Amino acid sequence: MNIHEYQAKELFEKFGVPTPKGKVADTAEQAKVAAAEIGSNIVVKAQVHAGGRGKGTFKNGFKGGVHLVQTPDEAADIAGKMIGQVLVTHQTGEEGKLVSKVMVADGVEIEKEYYLAILMDRESKSPVIVASTEGGVNIEDVAEHTPEKIFHQAIHPLLGLQPYEVRKLSAKLGFAGDQAKQFGKLLAALYRLFIECDCSMVEINPLVTTPDGRVLALDAKFDFDDNALYRHPEIAALHDPTEEDPREVEAAKYHLNYIGLDGNIACLVNGAGLAMATMDIIKHCGGEPANFLDVGGGASQEQVTNAFKIILGDPKVKAILVNIFGGIMDCDVIAKGIVAACKEVSLNIPLVVRLEGNNVEAGKRTLAESDVALISADTLADAADKAVKAIAA
Amino acid sequence: MAILVDENTKILVQGITGSFGGRHAQLSLDYGTQLVAGVTPGKGGQKFADKVPIFDTVAEAVEVTGATVSAIFVPPPFAGDAILEAVDAGCDLVVAITEGIPVMDMMRVRAAMEGKKTRLIGPNCPGIVTPGLGKDSHGGCRIGIAPGYIHKRGKVGVVSRSGTLTYEAVWQLTNLGLGQSTCVGIGGDPINGTTHLDVLKMFNDDPETEAIIMIGEIGGSNEEIAAAWAKENCKKPMAAFIAGSSAPPGRRMGHAGAIVSGGKGTAAAKIEALRDAGIEVAKNPSDMGQALVRAMG
Repeated sequence: MNIHEYQAKELFEKFGVPTPKGKVADTAEQAKVAAAEIGSNIVVKAQVHAGGRGKGTFKNGFKGGVHLVQTPDEAADIAGKMIGQVLVTHQTGEEGKLVSKVMVADGVEIEKEYYLAILMDRESKSPVIVASTEGGVNIEDVAEHTPEKIFHQAIHPLLGLQPYEVRKLSAKLGFAGDQAKQFGKLLAALYRLFIECDCSMVEINPLVTTPDGRVLALDAKFDFDDNALYRHPEIAALHDPTEEDPREVEAAKYHLNYIGLDGNIACLVNGAGLAMATMDIIKHCGGEPANFLDVGGGASQEQVTNAFKIILGDPKVKAILVNIFGGIMDCDVIAKGIVAACKEVSLNIPLVVRLEGNNVEAGKRTLAESDVALISADTLADAADKAVKAIAA
Repeated sequence: MAILVDENTKILVQGITGSFGGRHAQLSLDYGTQLVAGVTPGKGGQKFADKVPIFDTVAEAVEVTGATVSAIFVPPPFAGDAILEAVDAGCDLVVAITEGIPVMDMMRVRAAMEGKKTRLIGPNCPGIVTPGLGKDSHGGCRIGIAPGYIHKRGKVGVVSRSGTLTYEAVWQLTNLGLGQSTCVGIGGDPINGTTHLDVLKMFNDDPETEAIIMIGEIGGSNEEIAAAWAKENCKKPMAAFIAGSSAPPGRRMGHAGAIVSGGKGTAAAKIEALRDAGIEVAKNPSDMGQALVRAMG
């Protein structure tokens, strides 16, 4: 799960990671009040999850999702042009993202930019701190062109962050004296936040030093472990469903694992690995999958019905491929779900069904005896081939 | 001899009184597996299915029944603790079926298991099956949630991160007349107990296993590591399939560990590593069984 920049800032404040002064605003008037507290050198930033805001363009023609202004009136003017508008950046896709809030922050002067992140590393099975003297740019570019400027430190899962590890990183980044102390405090606070909030990643880019000697986190990006949200209701509450594909939000209500894609062959599969493989074989046969959809190992008839409705709600979908390997799951349950769904939603596109496994004969009978028009397939390859051909026909 | 478990292995189930654990414990009993104990704190003294004794602690269950393997069906918030309890009780093998354990918990569990004799399989995995010699492979050792009847006793070792995709592969093999020595689901989480490489080494050393099929998916570099080892060391014909060629980058595809991030963990890179190691890569998921036939020449 991701959160907004202003929410990240609030978490930083709670854990003692220093950031520039700033507030979130829902209206131009609120932005003006917030800006007045800062005085001059005010940054107004559109709050959407996507990156590339500064270079983005609003659909009303206004350019840039990040602006530096000098007076509260200017801040109000800029905020007014952003709030309620749709921002398109290289990460949002052409549909863009609706901006409902802006952050108004102190546009601190920057002396030097750094990069600092903590992530859960699957190879070392521990948190790893990643730091670089090259901040404010894409870290993947730094990794490719000047890997010697990136420093890694794996942290022992049970010991936690040790003082020598902090000193080592501080020295590599070139901090000395009071700034080394500030960096040490910031890193300790950031590590505590990472562990206590079950983050899978927290990234500060850039971390900056100012001409008056402060060390500050200027931006933040979080990724939380979805599996741990049950023990962090305050973080789960930061979830903003308007940032997500509405089809995915709807699917989540029924505990369906759905990811919307751009193709026109929808798939409904049990199991994540098989669902991925089904997308792959559609592509292999020359088609384009419209979604990833895992109905889970023990899906109910109701879940299957809802899954069908979500799939059919996508206007791009031109055919449906159902691929079920009923290991333990009863194929007849799936068949009944399909029939029930087709009764509720009028099905006017080709439906290819491949059922295999437990109680498959009963499932096939249920489908055959219903008045649902479907194309049955024997193997996964046969099913994908028939779905692709059904669209071409 | 298969790997990890055989028809004589005694297993216990932690979380046997839950609906999920109970259902699959029953299916294992029906398959003929030596399921000798259940553990649910507070329910010690009761019996499961009128015959399997339930204990309050894993230590008691192990002491009384001689179980050496634990299958974990405990809900995610308590699963890390359950794994550590089985490790403490001296189990040789712990198979964690539970899906949705926080990564931070698994990180600590793995660190705490350092230096212990217990092997962990999973979490978020379908478990292990060593098929039996009876009808529909009855009489084998079934730990976890895989359908028993799709298996057939034989000589192919199967290792995979996924559940239903593994069943698909096993079903293709069985229909081609190719039985399995042992099928191991290592799970779809980013931090797990046993890797493809660990299982590959076991299959390589197992006299009963004559060919190996390895099923991977996007995310991490487990498959590449296994491929590099296999190139130099594997004595047996191998086939493989990688799921997720068509997955968009940056999205978690159902499994917590199935994500391409920062250009790493792509299907293309994995397939290249596998091919470089001389492993026969299935063209598509319908071709997994045939790919192994080609590999065996």
